[in-house]
Amino acid sequence: MTYETVIGLEVHVQLKTRSKMFTRVAAGYGHPENTLTDPVVLALPGTLPVMNKDALDKIIKAGLLLGCDIAPVCKWDRKNYFYPDSPKNYQISQYDQPICRGGSVEIELPGPARNVMGEHKRIALTRIHLEEDVGKLNHGEGASLVDFNRAGTPLMEIVSEPVIQSADEAFAYLTALKTIMIYGGISDCDMEKGQLRCDANISIRPVGQEALGTKVELKNLNSFSFVRDGIAHEIRRQTAVVESGGKIVQETRDYDGQTGTSQSLRSKEMAHDYRYFPDPDLMPVEVDSAWKESIRSGCPELPFDKQRRLLEQYQVPYTITSVLVPDGELSDYFEEAARLSGKPQAAGNWITNDLLRELGASKTPLSASKVRPAHVAGLVKLVEDGTILSNAAKEVFIDMFHSGEMPEAVLARKGLKAETNLEDLERWCAEAIAANSKSVADYKGGKESALNAFKGPVMRAAKGKADPKRVDETLRRLLAQ
Amino acid sequence: MPQELFNKPVTELSGMLARGEVSAVELMRSVAERTRKVEPKVHAFNSLDEEDALAQAAASDARRAAAKASGAEVHALEGIPIGIKDVISVAGQPLTASSRMLATFVSPYDATVTTKLKAAGAICWGRLNLDEFAMGSSTENSAFGVTSNPYDLERVPGGSSGGSAASVAAGEAIASLGSDTGGSIRQPAALCNIVGLKPSYGRVSRYGLIAFASSLDQIGPFARSVDDAATVLGAISGHDRRDSTSLRMEVPDYRRGMDELRKSGRKWRLGIPKEYFGEGLDPEVGAAVQAAIAEYTKLGCEVREVSLPHTKYAVGAYYIIATAECSSNLARFDGVRYGHRSKDATDALDLYFKSRAEGFGPEVKRRIILGTYVLSSGYYDAYYLRAQKVRTLIRRDFLEAYKQVDAIVTPTSPTPAFRKGEKAANPLAMYLNDIYTIGVNLAGLPGISIPCGFTGGGLPIGLQIIGQPFKETELLAVARSYEERNDWRNRFPTL
Repeated sequence: MTYETVIGLEVHVQLKTRSKMFTRVAAGYGHPENTLTDPVVLALPGTLPVMNKDALDKIIKAGLLLGCDIAPVCKWDRKNYFYPDSPKNYQISQYDQPICRGGSVEIELPGPARNVMGEHKRIALTRIHLEEDVGKLNHGEGASLVDFNRAGTPLMEIVSEPVIQSADEAFAYLTALKTIMIYGGISDCDMEKGQLRCDANISIRPVGQEALGTKVELKNLNSFSFVRDGIAHEIRRQTAVVESGGKIVQETRDYDGQTGTSQSLRSKEMAHDYRYFPDPDLMPVEVDSAWKESIRSGCPELPFDKQRRLLEQYQVPYTITSVLVPDGELSDYFEEAARLSGKPQAAGNWITNDLLRELGASKTPLSASKVRPAHVAGLVKLVEDGTILSNAAKEVFIDMFHSGEMPEAVLARKGLKAETNLEDLERWCAEAIAANSKSVADYKGGKESALNAFKGPVMRAAKGKADPKRVDETLRRLLAQ
Repeated sequence: MPQELFNKPVTELSGMLARGEVSAVELMRSVAERTRKVEPKVHAFNSLDEEDALAQAAASDARRAAAKASGAEVHALEGIPIGIKDVISVAGQPLTASSRMLATFVSPYDATVTTKLKAAGAICWGRLNLDEFAMGSSTENSAFGVTSNPYDLERVPGGSSGGSAASVAAGEAIASLGSDTGGSIRQPAALCNIVGLKPSYGRVSRYGLIAFASSLDQIGPFARSVDDAATVLGAISGHDRRDSTSLRMEVPDYRRGMDELRKSGRKWRLGIPKEYFGEGLDPEVGAAVQAAIAEYTKLGCEVREVSLPHTKYAVGAYYIIATAECSSNLARFDGVRYGHRSKDATDALDLYFKSRAEGFGPEVKRRIILGTYVLSSGYYDAYYLRAQKVRTLIRRDFLEAYKQVDAIVTPTSPTPAFRKGEKAANPLAMYLNDIYTIGVNLAGLPGISIPCGFTGGGLPIGLQIIGQPFKETELLAVARSYEERNDWRNRFPTL
C-alpha cells in the first residue's frame, strides 16, 4: 500500500517590537537573566496588561501580506494553565476570534537543478493570532531557574491548513514565510534566538482515502533542517507502524535533531483544558478600514512577485534572482546598480558573486558595505568599454571593497588601466604580422587559429595591458587589408 | 463625644489646615494616638507605619508652607490621613490581601490611586484589613483576624472592605479607600454608619488593585460625609494608560457640580425597585429606608416604583462571573516568584499544590474551585456565557428604569451588622448579604451608601442610591440632599 502524508504546521514568530506585548519594558535577546522585567511581566499583584499597538500593527501587516481576512475587532482571551515559565499562569491569547483568518503562503519546491526554478504552490492558512511569549526554564541540578526576559514578548502563531504534503514542502513553507516576515519588518525570524519556532502535526493515510489519519504532534524542531529531517523521520516511523499492523497513537513527540530520533512526550488523555474566556482586563480594539489601509500602504512587494518582476524586467537568469530575492535590501541594491549601469546581468554577477563573497568573508552587513551600487555600476561600465580587463576588474573590486573609492580612482592609483594607445597597438600588431609570414599564410588559407600566433607577441609588447578583444579586432583588420 | 481632630470631616480639617489652626503633623498625631487607643478593640489595620506617616505629614506641612509662599493652590486632601485597603498597592509597604499567601509581601510600586492621592498631598496611612482577597462580607475571612464593628464590637463591620469602614467610623483614619466587587464598599459603609461610594466601572484606575473579579472591581472612597467622598473621588478618578478598562473621560469637579445642582433647585425623580423590598429584608432596615424615602418626598422629589425584573438572577450570575475571573486572576499566586512558597515541595506541580493549599483560606479556595468549574470545557456555555447574558439583561433593567428616574433608592444591606460567626458556617447566607449591591457591579453603575438611621439596638442602617453610568455628580447630589436633613453621621461610636 502507498501512503500520502498530511502535515499542518504551527509556526510561532516573535514580533520585532521595541517593547513587550502588554507593557513598556524592552523586548530583546541575550540580556542578563530577568533584566527585561517589570511588575507587569512578573505578574506582581495588582498589575494590568495594556496592549502594544505596534504589535497589532505588525500582525495586521503580516495578515495583509499573506492575504488574510483581518477581523474588525481585536479580541483577547485568557488561556489558563500552570507552568513556571508563565508568570500569570495564564497566557493572553486569541481564541475564537483570531485577528487574521485565511490567506496563504506561496512556496517554491526544489527544482530539478540548482539553476532551474522549481514548482510553485500555495499553502493555505487557517489563522494567525497574537499572544505573549513565556519565559525560559533553565534546568540545573536539584533546581530549575526561570528567566522572564522572553516572557511577554509579542508572539504570532501562524497555523497552516493540513495541506503540506512532504518534508520538502514544509521546508519551503518555512523559508517562504521567513522571507516574507523579514520583508515586512515583522520579525527577523532568527531560529537560534527563538524568534521562529515550529511544531508539526503529521499524519499519513492510504492514497485515495479521504479521512485524515491519526495525527502526531512533533515538537522542538529548532532549525529548518530539523523540521525537514524530523518530519521525514516521523513519516517513516508512522509508515513502519502502520505497515507492521500497528495503530498510530495520538500524541506529542519530541524530536532530537542531534540523534535523529523522537520520543513520546504526552498522549491525548493528558491534553489540557485551557478554560479560555475573554480577558476582562483588555477591551476589544476596533480595527477600522482606515487603520488597515494605512498599514497596507506600507506593505512591501512580496518576494516571489519581486522575483517574477526581476526576471521579466531585467532579463537576468534565475540563479541571480534566487540569490537576490531572499534579501530585500540586496534586491534593491541590485536594482539601483542595474539602473545606473544599464547592464543588469553584469551588475547582478558582481553583486551575487564578488560582493556577497567579500561581505561574507569580512562579516560585513550589506548596509555597511563601502561598495555602493554606483561603484558596481562604474566598474561594469569600465569593463564594458574596455577600459579595464576582467582580471584587473576583480582586483579593483576588492580594492574598492576595502577603500570605498570609486573604480576610476582605484584604477588611476594602481595603474591597472588597459592599454588604450591605439597607435602603439597598431604598430605592435603590424610588427607581429610582419614577423610571422607562415601564420599569415595559414590564416589567409582559412586556419582561424593561426590568429593566436600573433597575439602572444602583441601582449608581450603591451606588457599584458592590451584589451584582448581590441587586439583581436586590430589583427583581423590588418590581415584583411 | 466632642469632635476631636480625628473625628472631623475633610471639609473642616482642610479649612483648619489652610488657616494654620492645625498642622498635618498634629492631625496625624491625633489620628495615630486614637488608633493606638482603639485599635486593640477594632483591629481595622493589618499593619501601621506611624513613622512613615509622620514623615509624610511633615513633608505635607513643608509643601503647604512652600505653596503659601508661592501662592500655589493646595488640594483639599493635603495633609489628610487616608487609610488604604490592604489590596491596593503602596510602594514600600506590605500588600497582603489579608492572606497568608502574601503575609510577607512588600509591593515595589504604587497603585495609580496611591500615586494620585500622594500627588494631592494626602497621607497614605496604614494597611486596612479585609476578607481574604476581598472575598466575603464580614472580614471574617481575613487570615489576620476579624475586624470589629465600632458600634458593637461583638459584630462584624461588613466586608470585604471592613477595615476601611471601621477605621473611618472609629476615628482611626479621616477617610479611606476600599474596593467594591459586589458591595464591598457600600455594605460595610452601611454597617459602620459612614459614606461609601462605588464609582462607575472604568471611572477609577484598577492598576495596583489586586484583582478579584476584573470586570466588577472598582476602587472607591469611604468618608464621613458625601462632600468628603466627592473630594476623594475627584482625587482618584480619571483615565490611566496603565488600565485599559479606565475610561477616557473628563473628570468633573464633583463638589462644584453638586453645588450647581443644588442652586438649580433640581427636583429628583427617584425609583424604588419593588424587587428590593421583599423577603429577607430586616423590618427595622426596611422602616429606616422607607423613612428616608419619605424625606425625599418631603424635599419635593418625585418617587415612583420601578421594576428590575432580573434582580433574582443577579446573585447567581455574579457568583459565576466573579469566581470565573478570580480563578484565573489568582493563578499567579503559585509560590514561584513571590508570596508563600511551601517548604516541602518535591517538584513544580507539588509546589503549586502545597503553596496554594497552605496559602489560601477556605473561602478563596471555594471560589477558585467554583470558578475553575464554570470555565471548564463543556460547562462554559451553560454557566459563564449564560451568566454574561444575564448580566446584559440586568444592565438593561437599570437603563430601562433610568428612562423614568434619575436615581434608584434601596436598602444597602438586608440586615444591620450581624454577630461574628453568625454566618461564617453558611456561605450561602453570607452571599445573600450582597443581594442589593451586586446588581450595581454587574451593570457597571455608580452606587453610594449613606447613613439613614439606627436600629433599636443602636446598629447603623445604610441607604443605597444607585446612579446612572458616569453620573456620579448627580448621584452625590441626591445623596447630599438627604444627608443635609439629618445628623446620623455625627453619632459616633463609643469606644
